[in-house]
Amino acid sequence: MAIITLRESITQALREEMARDEDVFIMGCDVGLRGNPFGITKGLMKEFGERRVIDTPISEAAFTGLGVGAAIAGMRPLVEILYCDWLTLPMDNIVNTAAKTSYMFGGQANVPIVIRAPFGVGGGVAAQHSQNNENWFVHVPGLKVIAPSTPYDMKGLLKSAIRDNNPVMCFEHKRNYSLKGEVPDGEYTIPIGKANIRKPGTDCTIVAYSYMTYVAEAAAAELEKDGISCEVIDLRSLLPLDYETVMDSVKKTSRVVVVTEAPLRGSIAGEIVGEIIDRGFDLLDAPPQRVGSKNSPVAYNEGLEALCTPKKEDIIAAVRKTFE
Amino acid sequence: MKNTNCIEELKKEFDAYAEMYVPEGLDREEQLRMYSIMWVMRKFEEAVKPLWMANKVHGYYHPYITEEAIATGIITQLKRSDYVGSTHRGHGHLIAKGGDINKMMAELFGKEEGYNKGRGGSMHISDMSIGMLGATGIVGAATAPAVGSALKSWIKGTDDVTVVFFGDGGANAGSISEAMNMAAAWKLPVVFVCENNQWAIATDFARVTGEQDLYKRGIGFGIPSCRVDGYNIYQIWDTAKTAIARARAGEGPSFIECKTMRMLGHHATDDSWYRDMTVCDKYWEIEPIKRMGEFLVENKIATPEELEAIEAEAIKQVEASIDYADTQCHEPSLDTFYDYIYADGEVIK
Repeated sequence: MAIITLRESITQALREEMARDEDVFIMGCDVGLRGNPFGITKGLMKEFGERRVIDTPISEAAFTGLGVGAAIAGMRPLVEILYCDWLTLPMDNIVNTAAKTSYMFGGQANVPIVIRAPFGVGGGVAAQHSQNNENWFVHVPGLKVIAPSTPYDMKGLLKSAIRDNNPVMCFEHKRNYSLKGEVPDGEYTIPIGKANIRKPGTDCTIVAYSYMTYVAEAAAAELEKDGISCEVIDLRSLLPLDYETVMDSVKKTSRVVVVTEAPLRGSIAGEIVGEIIDRGFDLLDAPPQRVGSKNSPVAYNEGLEALCTPKKEDIIAAVRKTFE
Repeated sequence: MKNTNCIEELKKEFDAYAEMYVPEGLDREEQLRMYSIMWVMRKFEEAVKPLWMANKVHGYYHPYITEEAIATGIITQLKRSDYVGSTHRGHGHLIAKGGDINKMMAELFGKEEGYNKGRGGSMHISDMSIGMLGATGIVGAATAPAVGSALKSWIKGTDDVTVVFFGDGGANAGSISEAMNMAAAWKLPVVFVCENNQWAIATDFARVTGEQDLYKRGIGFGIPSCRVDGYNIYQIWDTAKTAIARARAGEGPSFIECKTMRMLGHHATDDSWYRDMTVCDKYWEIEPIKRMGEFLVENKIATPEELEAIEAEAIKQVEASIDYADTQCHEPSLDTFYDYIYADGEVIK
């Protein structure tokens, strides 16, 4: 076991998969010489050459399209979008081509592409570098969506995503990049679509993912002091979503709070609550609670930025509400 | 019979007009093969409208009629492992790449035996086994993915070439310019072919386009670019030969604007009420099959009887494809509803 940052866990996954499979290549703005703004791909161009770590022009729509086409032709591209906010630019190639090609072609072609995008609020980078738009992609049949929160999960899931024959969106929270965690020295993968119980509990289930998992854990620790035992589930994958683990937990606790950092209106939190009600309304002793960001673009000002996203206190209040 | 006066009139307004000639390296056998491929395209599409009216075929289909020389003159020079990126007007591209019209007709009928197992229809016809990357329903959207197949050739160091088609409408979509820039920057093995039929559904391209010589856009990206007469299969073949050789040698992309005129509605049931169709009368004099046929006879390359036999054979093939699709193929079973959304048989509901 080594203790590494989440950033380093991504680099390891990329390097190992590129070494393992010659069809894997990286493309995006500044991924080569600069090694991406967070240093994640640093050194890879030198190691694998300029045709496998490709610095692109600022043409997100078309270079993602090139990646999709290369995938249809049998390659395994890793396309990086500098910030998830800019996923609007290649949206057509993701939604109308990557997600639909296998189906439209009657299974003649697969699209084994991974699109990585940093997301989330933090750092005073304002409204066009701070979005949470992961739930847009959960709405699209044909895609898979992952948003792991620990170095161990990130490495294992990203490796699975690269080997998956479907288009996979990988959301990486900017605040998680420097978080450290244990990662095994040897080869391992984590299957897409399996949640992880981060903290077992008996009284209330808190469903979260990515950075909000840490906020949920902090809330659970505080509630524990008051004798409320929360089970914290880190979804890790959003599509497919591990409802078995969620429902097993709800069976045990009869209460549930779903947390997202995305603006709450139209977010995945509502979808998860809807699914829980469909699958097990009778299991619930209290109305399920949703916690998300305010329905606002993200501000530059520190105070306004902080006001936007869910805090430990918001989750604690939501859990307490399930006991009212 | 050729109407010479009419053609003289046409030359005044159709600036791409070029005289026919047999290029070096194009033998009689290959000329007749191209002529027969154009007839298969024509007969296939002429057959579809009645099938649509009879409710055998539904949805949208966009005829390639009178643009046949473009796909034929270019794609017939490709090898099997080369790639073709198509448009919504894609039947001709598939036929020229060596596609199976039985499977294409079955797809138009929405049958399980169709190319796309009935999931795609006319606008998404594809055949990955021959590098046919698929037609697309979104104008301009298929170009960047098609250039992605050339990126593969570039990464892997193969000599496979990609030919990507788009129209004058698609030319105004931004991602095509982005893709052309990357192809030029990295010398990707691509031939960009703009089928300029001058109409984007109901919009005359001249009303919405600043520089109307579309080939000049390629020059702006540092790509060797030219315009050819879209009805002149010989000039198209000759120009494409150079462009394909350049791509195959790793020297980079080329851009060919094939200027033509849309002579039918945008799709099967578009009656073109928004434009004066009498403009097309002159163009029918040089539609590519008539024009090539006349040239072959005038130059004693083929006899009228030989050409009639080729046309008759195309009719026979198309009739057989209709019979196959209508009587021998099956509706997709409803219990396969979730198939192919994800790879490897995975079902995510």
